[in-house]
Amino acid sequence: MLADRGLARVGRSGMGSVAVVTIAVALFLCAGVALAQQDGDIETAETMTEEVLQPLMPPTAVTAVDTPNDRGSSINVTWEHSPDSESGTLLGYSIYRSAHPETGFAFAGRVPFVQDNYRDSGIGDNEPTYYRVATVGLDGRESLSETFGPVEAFPQWFNGDRINVMVAVIIFVIAIVYFVNAARSGKDLFIRRLAGLDEMDNAVGRATEMGKPILYITGLSTISDVATIAGINILGEVAKKTAEYNTKLIVPCADPIVMAVEQEVVKEAYAKAGRPDAYSEDDVFYLTRSQFAYVAGVNGIMVRQRPATILYMGMFYAESLVLAETGASIGAIQIAGTDAVTQLPFFITSCDYTLIGEELYAASAYLSREPILLGGLKGQDTVKFIAGVLLIVAVVVATLAATGVIETNFMAPLFVTG
Amino acid sequence: MGTIIWTTIGAILTLSVYSFLYKDNPFYKFAEHLVVGISAGYYLVIYYYNFIDPNVVTPVFQLRLGDQAIGFGSGAWWLALIPGLLGLLLYTRFFPKVAWVARWSLGIYVGGYAGLGLSPVMQARVIEQIGANALPLTSVTNVLIVVGLLGTLAYFFFSMKHKGILGVFARTGIVFLMVGFGASFGYTVMSRISLLIGRVSFLLHDWLHLV
Repeated sequence: MLADRGLARVGRSGMGSVAVVTIAVALFLCAGVALAQQDGDIETAETMTEEVLQPLMPPTAVTAVDTPNDRGSSINVTWEHSPDSESGTLLGYSIYRSAHPETGFAFAGRVPFVQDNYRDSGIGDNEPTYYRVATVGLDGRESLSETFGPVEAFPQWFNGDRINVMVAVIIFVIAIVYFVNAARSGKDLFIRRLAGLDEMDNAVGRATEMGKPILYITGLSTISDVATIAGINILGEVAKKTAEYNTKLIVPCADPIVMAVEQEVVKEAYAKAGRPDAYSEDDVFYLTRSQFAYVAGVNGIMVRQRPATILYMGMFYAESLVLAETGASIGAIQIAGTDAVTQLPFFITSCDYTLIGEELYAASAYLSREPILLGGLKGQDTVKFIAGVLLIVAVVVATLAATGVIETNFMAPLFVTG
Repeated sequence: MGTIIWTTIGAILTLSVYSFLYKDNPFYKFAEHLVVGISAGYYLVIYYYNFIDPNVVTPVFQLRLGDQAIGFGSGAWWLALIPGLLGLLLYTRFFPKVAWVARWSLGIYVGGYAGLGLSPVMQARVIEQIGANALPLTSVTNVLIVVGLLGTLAYFFFSMKHKGILGVFARTGIVFLMVGFGASFGYTVMSRISLLIGRVSFLLHDWLHLV
């Protein structure tokens, strides 16, 4: 329309016919080019539509098996990639399951097109299930594979991927039983000196001489924590000494079950020491579960009752430094023991003695010399020795493999667990 | 208005707790008893609604486990009832004549956890650790890792005196441990400083609006 108006204006302005013809030819050519381009677009779109509408090829060789070494309710579905997987037109694969081979297929999950397996979890055990896997295009179209099935999920009694763990546990148990029997038969089992524990007697004696209580803290963790159990074992030995010396023992607890166990342990220790009358259940009490409320409460006990000795034996978190600093500020002798790696630095800097990691586990055996605890400690040492030897051999083999002296690192699979 | 009141209460309690840095005083005692008492009560409610109600009360009396209905006398029903009864046995400690019964529950609880923990610990802390550290001695880093691990293992070997070659390894191990602890100390101190900054920010920004 604009072109028409331009042509009219040119005509009215009285320009020469040559100019008019030239402009007319130019307009004609422009219109021709535009039409040609439009045709081309139509052709291209038609071609593309034909390409997109090409049927997608479904994945092949779909298989489904019960997931091995699990507790059931899971099936592994695998397939071979669709030939279209490298064409750039695929979004992924959809997995469908049904209890019938022909009908009722429900969507189970979707994975990216680079993946060729899917773990279908949360299904019933021992129920025949059929699977189909669909190729999903970028436009959402799907192309279903053949049906595979039936397959059933079921739990395994034995996890074959953890045979190495089983062997290690058996060795550990055999070592413990052997050393427990050896200790019971009167064999002298050597344990090296642990500096922090040698001071335990002095620490209890100091509190006795000063007429001040001993504060014993097993941390914030629950009874499921090995460090808490170790701390409770040591508490029993400390309680025997406080019973003998008639020194007050204060044990604030952060967990009700731990409190119940600690009350039993202290009570038994007092009975063993021949002083059941000296045991006061109110000295082993529940404070609170909340971390820093517990800290506030224990700090209050420290500054008001001014214990001469504070023992931290168990699992600790961020409260460790606050507790130990307050203990140091009141001049108490402090001995700590924990396997919390992140808290050990704080105990090392603010306590007089610190039992590092496994020294905490060794402490109860060291103090009590009871056969069962000694056997456990010796069993651990046996496992550590075997682990050290295995590590050296594995390092040598890995080095030989890395330098090309041997072809494969045959030790590596021994340490893989499922 | 309500926000101002609660922020002011929070600020006063914060200052009360910090007053402990000077010495024990009534303000700290008040804040301490308040937080201990409230948290103990709070956790009582949490324990009930998060553990006792969904795991014992609802399955046993309302015959429901999560969203699923369970039958009276079914396996799931017994699995809820028996631990509940074991928990109740803990209260026999209040009756001296039968207080010993509480030890059954504690024995099952402690023994069960210790037994369940054995296999995962052996897997994660022994076998997989060996696998992860069985490195070829083709770089300085790998050599340091292997030597450090062997030295640390030697330090925690209790059956022999730390003399001779074992002593050398043990001393090497404790050096590695202390270097690790030093790094951990610095890292954690920085995170504690950030907690302090958070409190100071609360006082100066949220309460006083000075920054």
